Amino acid sequence: MQRVTNPHDDVAIHRTSPPVIEPGHTFGSVTDKISALTLRRRTPIGWYIGFTLSFMVAGMLMMTIAYLVMTGIGIWGNNVPVGWAFDIINFVWWIGIGHAGTLISAILLLLRQEWRTSINRFAEAMTLFAVASAGLFPLLHTGRPWLAYWLLPYPNTMGMWPQFRSPLMWDVFAVSTYATVSALFWYVGLIPDFATLRDRAKNRVFQIIYGMLALGWRGSARHWARYEATYLLLAGLATPLVLSVHTIVSLDFAVSVIPGWHATIFPPYFVAGAIYAGFAMVLTLTIPLRRFYGLEDFITVRHLRNMAKIMLATGLIVAYGYMTEAFMAWYSANTYEEYMILNRMRGPYAWAYWSLIFCNVIVPQLLWVKRVRHSTVALFLISLVVSVGMWLERFVILVTSLHRDFLVSSWGMYSPTVFDWSMFIGTIGLFFTLLFLFIRFLPIISIFEMRTLVPQAQAQINEEKGQA
Amino acid sequence: MKKSTRPATYGLMAEFDDPSAVVAAAQKVYDEGYRSIDAYSPYPIEALSEAIGVHSTRMPLLVLIGGILGLIGGYAMQYYTHAIDYPIIVGGRPFHSWPSFIPITFETTVLGASLAAVFGMLALNGLPEPYHPVFNTPNFALASRDRFFIVIEAVDPKFDRDATAEFLRGLGSREVIDVEH
Repeated sequence: MQRVTNPHDDVAIHRTSPPVIEPGHTFGSVTDKISALTLRRRTPIGWYIGFTLSFMVAGMLMMTIAYLVMTGIGIWGNNVPVGWAFDIINFVWWIGIGHAGTLISAILLLLRQEWRTSINRFAEAMTLFAVASAGLFPLLHTGRPWLAYWLLPYPNTMGMWPQFRSPLMWDVFAVSTYATVSALFWYVGLIPDFATLRDRAKNRVFQIIYGMLALGWRGSARHWARYEATYLLLAGLATPLVLSVHTIVSLDFAVSVIPGWHATIFPPYFVAGAIYAGFAMVLTLTIPLRRFYGLEDFITVRHLRNMAKIMLATGLIVAYGYMTEAFMAWYSANTYEEYMILNRMRGPYAWAYWSLIFCNVIVPQLLWVKRVRHSTVALFLISLVVSVGMWLERFVILVTSLHRDFLVSSWGMYSPTVFDWSMFIGTIGLFFTLLFLFIRFLPIISIFEMRTLVPQAQAQINEEKGQA
Repeated sequence: MKKSTRPATYGLMAEFDDPSAVVAAAQKVYDEGYRSIDAYSPYPIEALSEAIGVHSTRMPLLVLIGGILGLIGGYAMQYYTHAIDYPIIVGGRPFHSWPSFIPITFETTVLGASLAAVFGMLALNGLPEPYHPVFNTPNFALASRDRFFIVIEAVDPKFDRDATAEFLRGLGSREVIDVEH
């Protein structure tokens, strides 16, 4: 199948919208421009600076982990009654960010949104790196990460099995499946582009490495037919998967009886929040990227505008979630639920609650204004605010619910230690380190999919449609 | 495809630079009766694979089988561990507490289907395949850029070095050359 919309719709869209690819491009120019970023262009000085800074921050993560493994998780601030804190906040935050990548690559593919083509590769890479950062937190929160394989069902001399009725085990399966499928989807998408890099590379080492990664891909029509079927099927599988992953993450909370967590709104509310945070992160990353690498031809205003609209829509769903939480607390007539919401709004962590409302509900309303949606600076700033807001949301959900639950005698306060922060900031360093390596060594835009948007390819497709 | 008497060359390759032209040419090659043929393009063209006679792939069936195996495997694993091998009461639920088994069953279903999709696709395509005769032709590196190719293999019963080359030239190709083994 061809991944383009109905040509008649397309004409109508183009009349009112900026194009998804600037005019004048051919198969050759698209190929050369994107592959040159990896093969021909000298590595910009900014890349070295960015990579070095990220790697230094990632070094902080490694030192934190070393100290954590030697000492124990007591170096973190979480303790009774707030037994879950940064470790789960950051896990949920990172997983959520990853979800936009799958959404762009899978759901928008199924919906035949051709504008996704120039951002899907990058967004999928973001997914993988975000999942890698997320995975570190529960792994290290086990306290003895060298025994983490106990979470997997394997016949062992202890004669025991994991507890599959627990949402935490569901999490293990959901996140590991998600990481595997995302990696496969990404790699399958890269195979034809590896072949392009293999054929265009002049350096013998690159020819061999890209050649091995390309698996001998030669663009045979028989191969393409199976490839397209596979890609579409994977998209169809990834779509329910991404929804299930964040649903299961939310069940970690909703299956418990803690006030503020035990709510049926959690799965859809978490999924919408994940997409919201993810699109904010995609915007945060693509806006500087398209500028520094001169990719305005491929990542046009149309892409930014569409992402802004998705952010606005999911932001409204998240705002609805906040309203439902407050309404259900009152409507349940449950003392603990009522106290929970009042404590969020007026208790010691009220600053976090109101900052989150400001970041996630009030600021994004600017996206209703067309001028804001078309301003890269404004979009960049709003997406940063939303990323902070979504982090605060998880902080509020975790900490305010746990620090004052049922028994007043077991109330307490939580504050993160320096190692909570160094670990969190360290994973941001890890994320950017991986991202910089990706930008340098792999095609950041799917070359073969961009070829399908070139006028010559569209002409062939339209001709076909005309005959049919 | 290997015969005891190996032809002198792998086949003939015709080069095109327009997607519409290659689709039309591929259709004529197929209509002429050639069957050991393949076409190469830098991006997926549905009409091109249709033209050389590829009408269905076995991918959906493979994915369905992978999904079913994942589903049965995931559920059986939980049933065996919690109801047979190590029955223990958790949260007052029965040993065979099927609603709690659904999330993991769902995940293993998706995992099984996805693994079947990717590895099935690679296996049916015969990848990884480091060597292939088409790479011996000088311009084939452009198949991953902006050129389109049609290859008629020498093992095709209708193949005749001169007549086939003449036929391919008549289809509007830029060039027709021999493909060495």
